[in-house]
Amino acid sequence: MQELMQLIVTGLVIGSVYALVAMGFALIYKSTSIINFAQGEFVLVGGYVCLWLYTDMHLPILVAFSISMVIAVLMGVLLERLILRPMIGEPIISVIMVTIALATVLKALVTILWSTQIKVFSPPIFSQKALEFGSVRVSEVYLWTVAFAFLFLAIFAAFFKFTRVGISMRAVANDQQVAQSMGISVKKVFAISWSIGALVSAVGGILVGNINGVNITLSDFGLKVFPAVILGGLDSIGGAIIGGLTIGILENIMGSYLDVYLGGGVKEIAPFIVLIVILMIKPYGLFGIKEIERV
Amino acid sequence: MPCGLFFSKYEKDDAIFKTVWLKCWMVILLLFLFTYPLYAQTVSEAVGMNTLNIFNLIFIYIVGAHGLNLLTGYTGQISLGHGAFMGVGAYTAGILANMGVPFWAALPAAGLMAAAVGMIFGIPSLRLKGLYLAIATMAAQFILIYAMRNWDSLTGGSSGLIVEPASLFGLEFSNDFNFYYLGLAFAIGATMYLKNLTRTRTGRAFVAVRDRYLAAEVIGVNLFKYRILSFGISSFMVGISGGLWAFYITIISDEHFTMWLSVQYLAMVIVGGLGYVLGSIFGVVFMVVLPELLRLPTEALSSVFPNISGIFASLRELVFGLVVILFLIFEPDGMAARWHTIRAYWKLWPFSY
Repeated sequence: MQELMQLIVTGLVIGSVYALVAMGFALIYKSTSIINFAQGEFVLVGGYVCLWLYTDMHLPILVAFSISMVIAVLMGVLLERLILRPMIGEPIISVIMVTIALATVLKALVTILWSTQIKVFSPPIFSQKALEFGSVRVSEVYLWTVAFAFLFLAIFAAFFKFTRVGISMRAVANDQQVAQSMGISVKKVFAISWSIGALVSAVGGILVGNINGVNITLSDFGLKVFPAVILGGLDSIGGAIIGGLTIGILENIMGSYLDVYLGGGVKEIAPFIVLIVILMIKPYGLFGIKEIERV
Repeated sequence: MPCGLFFSKYEKDDAIFKTVWLKCWMVILLLFLFTYPLYAQTVSEAVGMNTLNIFNLIFIYIVGAHGLNLLTGYTGQISLGHGAFMGVGAYTAGILANMGVPFWAALPAAGLMAAAVGMIFGIPSLRLKGLYLAIATMAAQFILIYAMRNWDSLTGGSSGLIVEPASLFGLEFSNDFNFYYLGLAFAIGATMYLKNLTRTRTGRAFVAVRDRYLAAEVIGVNLFKYRILSFGISSFMVGISGGLWAFYITIISDEHFTMWLSVQYLAMVIVGGLGYVLGSIFGVVFMVVLPELLRLPTEALSSVFPNISGIFASLRELVFGLVVILFLIFEPDGMAARWHTIRAYWKLWPFSY
């Protein structure tokens, strides 16, 4: 029982980062109908840029963090303008392929600039000291991660609900033509979606980088996001958050209990097994919009 | 002089080689391919790389790329799992060959095994479209690779599996020269098969499913049957390609069949031209030759930047990604479409109408 609680808590931590990245992914999909295979590379770039500014350039963490955010936003806008906008109206396969190619380019660039060894934030930003809650031990950095992840989730939830830009983004997601005829610039909304998508992923990268250090496998986050958003329903932002948390906990539990039978590394593929099961049973996820077609 | 192709019979319009010239060029190309090993040595020394090896890789990949082109280009189903399906074929061929099964039986078995696995993962394709199918096949990719890596007793795990070279009628395909003709035969066979398949009832049904699946269903094309069939044939071809790979490289490990290979396959058919038989050939040649061509400037630059060889792999991926992005933005129909435009231009030159 105690072991299970421990697994759930650590799963929740990594799940909160999944939720953050998945929210960026779902946001991009909802407003631009582009499925972004480069989401994990945004995580990677965010982690590396912040680490480089903080550890190698010796900037204070707040400055390093802000500069990384600015870079993430610029990257999002630039990529949308240069690469994704010419793809509007192209078949799905081309759009998928262009984001995959983009992922390859970003990953190669990061490897060329910073090589592939694991790097850690030094001096550490949050302490690794373990805190005891009854029988469950949680490291302090984990708590900070969850806190920051939920802070950003809350900020963006409020942003979509209350601000003018947020409402216009929801309008575009709902119906592009109507939104355009009401005077909303769809192009601007696309750019904002990509920059927010890049920004939240970069935050995710920085948070995870504080726990495990930064290396090239950070980009795997982009792949784990797929089970999360499929579980939540591809076009639901709330669903993505719930899906992210669930997948984080599920992979931790499955990894820990099934490793004995399947010979290690179950954690890496558990989310994908869940994904296949969901696709077979309920392809539109928990909160996705059902597209019903009959012939 | 005619200003274009005008046929007076339906049979001529349906012909694979529509003009006498096309037949002549084809004969010249085949002659070149069949005699190439005779002067391969000289060419290899002149350009400083093992061209026979490159040709063999091209032949192997052509079989698989034709398979993916059938699925993605002709039936409109996306697969991000073909790398793993190729791996299934390779492992099946390797394990059977090590059990003493002869080459002529092991290779079709590799294809059938890959087809079975591909069809299982293709079942969701009835309910799922585009995006969802891409994600489902991607999950298949990861699960299959996991099985290859962890099923130690069968696949040899991460240390890999050593395969005996293939032999047929007492002839052993153990070196580049011998394998060349085997690979060439399969590449030509696969090309002819795909070209002819697309002219049959089945091939037209595939195209109908791609273009308007609702309309196809209305006029009586069984969507489920043709989608699964397309997955089956496609995975069969990629499985054969995997089997050939196993017999050529003779050591197989899961590292070769990762997501990266699936992406490369997709890049091949997209850059070459989706829905063109010629497209997969162009794409494969381009994708196999590109890294080899990159090697030359990298070596030249290594005197200026001493650590450039360390980042060569990343550099190759960078160029690969950029090439795919540029193709998708500026020539979305691929090299085959561009080839057709160029040919049409010269046919009428210098009068454009």
